[in-house]
Amino acid sequence: MTKTIFEKSIPGRIGFILPQNDVDININDCIPEKYRRKNEIKLPELSELDVMRHYIELSSKNHFIEKGFYPLGSCTMKYNPKSHEAFVRSSCLMDLHPYQPEETVQGALEILYELQNDLATIAGMKNTTLQPVAGAHGEFTGLKIIRAYHLAKGNAHKNEIILPDAAHGTNPASVALAGMKVVEIKSNEKGMVDLVALKAAINENTAGFMLTNPNTLGLFEPQIEQIAAAIHGVDGLMYMDGANMNPILGIVHPGKIGFDVMHYNLHKTMSTPHGGGGPGSGAVSVVEKLEKFLPYPMVNKIDDKFTLDYSHKETSIGKIHSFYGNFAVNVRAWAYIKTLGGKGLRRAAENSVINANYIMKKLEKVYHIPHNHTYCMHEFVATNEWQKQRCFENLGDKEKCNIKTLDIAKRLLDKGYHAPTIYFPLIVHEAMMIEPTETESKQTLDEFIATMIEINDECVNTPEVVLNAPTTTPIRRVDDVKAVKELNVRFVW
Amino acid sequence: MPYISNTDREREEMLKEIGVSKFEELVVDIPEKFRLKELMNLDAPMSELELSKRVFALTGKNKCTNVFNSFMGGGIYEHFIPAAVDTIISRPEFLTAYTPYQAEVSQGTLQAIYEYQSMICDLTGMEISNAGMYDGASATAEAIIMSIRKTRKSKAIIAGTINPRYKEVIKSYTEGLGIEIEYVPAVNGIIKPEDIEKAICEKTSCVVMQTPNYFGNFEDMFAMDEIIHKTKALFIAVVDPTSLAVMNAPCEYNADIVVGEGQALGNKPYFGGPLFGFLATKMEYNRMMPGRIVGETVDADGKRAFALTLQAREQHIRRDKATSNICSNQALCVLAATVYMSLLGKAGLLEIANQSATKAKYLADGISKIDGYSLAFNHPFFKEFTIKTPMKASVLKDKLLKKNIFAGIDLAEIGEENMLLIAVTEKKSKNDLDAFITALKEVNND
Repeated sequence: MTKTIFEKSIPGRIGFILPQNDVDININDCIPEKYRRKNEIKLPELSELDVMRHYIELSSKNHFIEKGFYPLGSCTMKYNPKSHEAFVRSSCLMDLHPYQPEETVQGALEILYELQNDLATIAGMKNTTLQPVAGAHGEFTGLKIIRAYHLAKGNAHKNEIILPDAAHGTNPASVALAGMKVVEIKSNEKGMVDLVALKAAINENTAGFMLTNPNTLGLFEPQIEQIAAAIHGVDGLMYMDGANMNPILGIVHPGKIGFDVMHYNLHKTMSTPHGGGGPGSGAVSVVEKLEKFLPYPMVNKIDDKFTLDYSHKETSIGKIHSFYGNFAVNVRAWAYIKTLGGKGLRRAAENSVINANYIMKKLEKVYHIPHNHTYCMHEFVATNEWQKQRCFENLGDKEKCNIKTLDIAKRLLDKGYHAPTIYFPLIVHEAMMIEPTETESKQTLDEFIATMIEINDECVNTPEVVLNAPTTTPIRRVDDVKAVKELNVRFVW
Repeated sequence: MPYISNTDREREEMLKEIGVSKFEELVVDIPEKFRLKELMNLDAPMSELELSKRVFALTGKNKCTNVFNSFMGGGIYEHFIPAAVDTIISRPEFLTAYTPYQAEVSQGTLQAIYEYQSMICDLTGMEISNAGMYDGASATAEAIIMSIRKTRKSKAIIAGTINPRYKEVIKSYTEGLGIEIEYVPAVNGIIKPEDIEKAICEKTSCVVMQTPNYFGNFEDMFAMDEIIHKTKALFIAVVDPTSLAVMNAPCEYNADIVVGEGQALGNKPYFGGPLFGFLATKMEYNRMMPGRIVGETVDADGKRAFALTLQAREQHIRRDKATSNICSNQALCVLAATVYMSLLGKAGLLEIANQSATKAKYLADGISKIDGYSLAFNHPFFKEFTIKTPMKASVLKDKLLKKNIFAGIDLAEIGEENMLLIAVTEKKSKNDLDAFITALKEVNND
């Protein structure tokens, strides 16, 4: 059985020592009795080797990019360059305190200044805040900027954000946190924005429209011009969720197709590592009329000196992070942009689109692709429907052939792949969203395609293999119900 | 092109297989007039070698705390970090994995989070911890929102002595939600319990207290417990995790929600980010919590396994009714903290707390003996304290900077131009502290 670190603890064992304390003061003279802890802390007692073995053992149970293909739709699991890891481990980046005087952090500020500008250039907008530390944090920031814009104009009643039902769950959750109301509209039969439904939802209270573009089906919204015109017609603002920015880098500027504010997921688009769920960076770019609402401080350049600029504090939405966001993540994103330049970013976008279309083309007769508009952008959504159907046609047993998307996903784990994003977007029944990214080679894609075909054959002929999957992973399927009903969220020792 | 795999020839082959002759045919949904004809105006691509030279030149313009004698804190602390921490968090197995959505191939990340939650519960004496928040400030803001949801009341009473950065973030998080905030001002560097009692009313959902507070002083959390728990309001404690090795576990004073900044546990200052916040509470409030939570369960063979749990609170299921919008958090920083606490063990964290506190006391005693300087308050403190300076703290800081000392944080922003906040960790030797005392003497005699 897998042991937790606490079960490996041996009383008195030590993994760490400090120099002898050269100050002759007793701790009891610092902390009066009343403030002293009554029961000792119980952190585990281990040698450094014990700790290393434990976490290396844990690490072996993870799937990760260097191990194998990670076609997790909407998450843009690119390879993360190792040089960027080396760069951020420079002592004069790691050991900078956020309250240091400006003249002692000029190099750090220069990096942030360049990144602000580069992201604004890529967005086709005026300026960028690097303070949000995650995509949802960026959404919250952008939505607060929208709210501030309307309040500044005396339009407090404008508090409704319209979004399509295909939106990520963070979108409506961020609208609620920003103190606005969600108005959800149904997508049309093609999975795109339904202009009639949109126009019906627009009224004088409309604060803005929030759209992931390309959308969560991997499709670029072709009516973007009409949508923006309708929203701007009531002085609403257009928000772009940049989760899917990767395929349009250098191909379109969001700021030039009607969007007023957008967030990036630098941990997707600009190749910073995901870290098992962060730290990320959710930088937000805005057009000129929204610049004064950006969180303070911004990084500015006056003559040849870089400064933390608080001059717009009065109009700013305030601070959404203690300091300047996830600096170490932003440095990696900066390095990525510098490495690729305009040419490389465009090439990355193009190849991400080509890779996705290549897989889709090769699988379109094997898996049902409900919103197949001939071509997709960086990802596409398939379902389990044909596998279920073909199995039944072959074996005539409904129960045996009750193959879900979840089963196909789990079978992929057996074959050394990470699963696609499943059961999202919600508008597709049994969705599986596949995003290859440009860092993957044709050979990897060919192998993946062959595997998907193999799984289809298993579904048709030996569905039990798929239904029982995975069997080769460190553990088999988990009991999620037990995890909730018999809640055990801490080890007691 | 680096990091883009396919060659021109492969691209052509793939386009052919797709059934198009050129890339542009794949993006016909993008109106022609919007498509960029030129490359974006960015710097020309740089090789790894060129970029590493640029990074070297840029970092050379910074002056860093490991070269200077630094006494800066204010929520971000420079504790020693064993090398093994970075070895683990640099492993691609942890570094390049996504959020653990597929439990079967994410047991490493999931188990580490479970261990983290257990350690935070141990330090705080709480029953349930989430998997981490963005920073201490946003964790505090989310704790306030959680109390509003739980009590269905609309007002938060907050100690005026909490970190000013937290105040700013709390404002951004709560102002759109119609939450009323009242700050209770400090008297002589701490909050008087009777002032909290006076501030509490029918509408009060929570009282937020930080100990040690921003000045470094201990608040009387036991007195607060008595007052707050006479009402239905929740008691939110903001604490320094390192201090908990020696100071009261928040369960001793019956805190309902415990939050704080976790950076001090194994994470470098990194110019203020990434940081991570922790949030722990009593079991009865588990369904009101923001963020991810990992639970132990079993797999299909009955083997011990770990999985994300209580997900019905979260945005991907509840959408606008979710307890928070948080999705990605600061998982790798949380992993660093877990490895750090494992390496230190109980003796190690205790020693770090002891050395930080005793060295801070040594420095404070030394400074209070210099002409012109004194301690600003007469309260016990842990590793950070406030002094009164003979000149404006900003002027003093500039003078000390010339002597390669980062003297601390000038409290002018909270209206105290002649106060300096000084932090000490175990990294300081007696020599470092004596050098600072000597420098303070010298600049006052200049």
